[in-house]
Amino acid sequence: MTDAVEFVGVSRHFGPVRAVDGVDLAIAEGSFFAMLGPSGSGKTTCLRLISGFEKPTGGQIRIFGEESGRVPPNLRNVNTVFQDYALFPHMNVRDNVAYGLMVKGVPRAVRAARAEEMLALVKLDGYGDRKPGQLSGGQRQRVALARALVNEPRVLLLDEPLGALDLKLREAMQDELKALQKRLGITFVFVTHDQGEALSMADRVAVFSDGKVAQVGTPEEVYGKPRTRFVADFVGSSNVLPPALTQRLGGPARWSSLRPESLRLTAAEGAALAGTVTALRYLGAGTRVVIDGPGAELAVLVPAGQALPATGARVGLAFDPAMLHVMDEA
Amino acid sequence: MMGFRPVTLPVRGPGDRLTALFWRRPDLLLVLLLAPPLLWLGVVYLGSLAALLLQSFYSIDEFSGLVVQEFTLKTYLELLRPSNFDILLRTVGMAAAVTLGCAVIAFPIAYYAARYARGRWKAAFYLGVMLPLWSSYLVKVYAWKLILSKEGIVTWATDAAGASAVLNAVLALPVIGGNSLSTSYIGTWIVFVYVWLPYMILPMQAALERVPQSMLEASADLGATRAQTLRRVILPLALPGVIAGSIFTFSLTLGDYIIPQIIGSSRLFIGQAVYTLQGTAGNIPLAAAFAVVPIAVMLVYLALAKRMGAFDAL
Repeated sequence: MTDAVEFVGVSRHFGPVRAVDGVDLAIAEGSFFAMLGPSGSGKTTCLRLISGFEKPTGGQIRIFGEESGRVPPNLRNVNTVFQDYALFPHMNVRDNVAYGLMVKGVPRAVRAARAEEMLALVKLDGYGDRKPGQLSGGQRQRVALARALVNEPRVLLLDEPLGALDLKLREAMQDELKALQKRLGITFVFVTHDQGEALSMADRVAVFSDGKVAQVGTPEEVYGKPRTRFVADFVGSSNVLPPALTQRLGGPARWSSLRPESLRLTAAEGAALAGTVTALRYLGAGTRVVIDGPGAELAVLVPAGQALPATGARVGLAFDPAMLHVMDEA
Repeated sequence: MMGFRPVTLPVRGPGDRLTALFWRRPDLLLVLLLAPPLLWLGVVYLGSLAALLLQSFYSIDEFSGLVVQEFTLKTYLELLRPSNFDILLRTVGMAAAVTLGCAVIAFPIAYYAARYARGRWKAAFYLGVMLPLWSSYLVKVYAWKLILSKEGIVTWATDAAGASAVLNAVLALPVIGGNSLSTSYIGTWIVFVYVWLPYMILPMQAALERVPQSMLEASADLGATRAQTLRRVILPLALPGVIAGSIFTFSLTLGDYIIPQIIGSSRLFIGQAVYTLQGTAGNIPLAAAFAVVPIAVMLVYLALAKRMGAFDAL
């Protein structure tokens, strides 16, 4: 099966800045693919390379096997949901959604009917006559989604799609986007800096760092088996243990990661690993206890309802050795 | 331990007292801010406009040459006399042509400045657009008279380029042609466009700058060509700026009396008619009636623009 999108050694340099630097990537058809990374890591530039708003300075971009690096955006059968939605303020919702059909010369009656269908798909039936300015943030996002889907793209790109929404709405939209993608079977590629969003929505996640892909894998792989220190730290703020400490805990002399939820607090006496509590951070469902351990700062997630140590107390740490993940990075 | 720190800080002087007063009575500050401009606008500006309007409803006694202070529409009827009506048509036609010319020339310049120019180039743009406004209007107009005259640089350059046939063909055009560029409507139009161009470029550039890049990208993303994006997204969103610019170029042309006097076919424009009527002829009512025409034209123009949805995106 051909991949929906394939990057072969793709670079995008802006003068001396290497926004995207030799990226190889394969996005399977019909998948929900997340590009995750901090700002400036190159994930958005990669998205813009797929849509055609950026031209690669090196390498090849193939969309369904076709070399697309030199195809202008309006000729790519790929559509984008923009971060700021970019709805046209002078058109009503119906004309916004039908815009892609209008520029292709589809007759008015046909495109109005198609726009209504798309609005029904995103549960905004009856909103066609409103102006974007009269809608809430969540509604605007649905309009942007309907507008991008009206052209039946082969790939749908979403740039920080939920960034501007409040928490409750964001969670609802996550489920909805996921369901929509399943139903339509279109390849969705979305960019986010929120690891929770990437892990909960995507089939596969690419973690970006400094213009390169640090790791690609399923959410479980990226979270449970990070390949580099950066991935371990960025995806779920794992504890990163230096080689000496890994060795002390029975592993090889390599960097390793240990999830905060895999650690338990015990008495300091007789524990293999002990340290002083430096900070407590209440998270609602639990408390993150930061401990100044030997050679590394370690965080422990203590579930709500369990006893908490005081700051400055000496505590011991216990864990299942199977949870210690030794990383590829030396 | 921190030392004693008061809850309320001591008043330092009149500045603090005034700030406190305005904080308690925000409306007072508003009144103080608005009083001077409102006095100016209300009394000096609108007052004189009302006086003008009043004059236009008076008439002149043909024997004595004195103004008869009785309400009549006779003066307005006089505007419809062929010789006077020609002046109105000529002026409005020129204003429309100048506005169109300015819009066409200004758009690419404004678009470049809004979308591409950064830093140093942006400064160069502002300087380039504003520089002509710093020199005297009269100097520029007389300079243009020399440039466009029969012995001027344009004739010389077209001769040198072997294109004098083209220039002669243009000057041979009926109505807008003439003996030379400086004595034709084409010349008047060129100078009007030159002099008012900055007033079109600047509002257009401001309007274009407010169109987000993502909106142009969204249009292309959805399959639009450059031309479709221009027509469906950029122009509608920049229209308030185009209208603002055209209000300047249109009304400035309607009221000008110097350019058509120095460059052109010596046929009168509204401004010149007003000038001669209130001066040597002493026909203040007719001068006032002429002066009311540009105001009326502008009101109709704005109403049309509003109906076309020009201000919907504001």
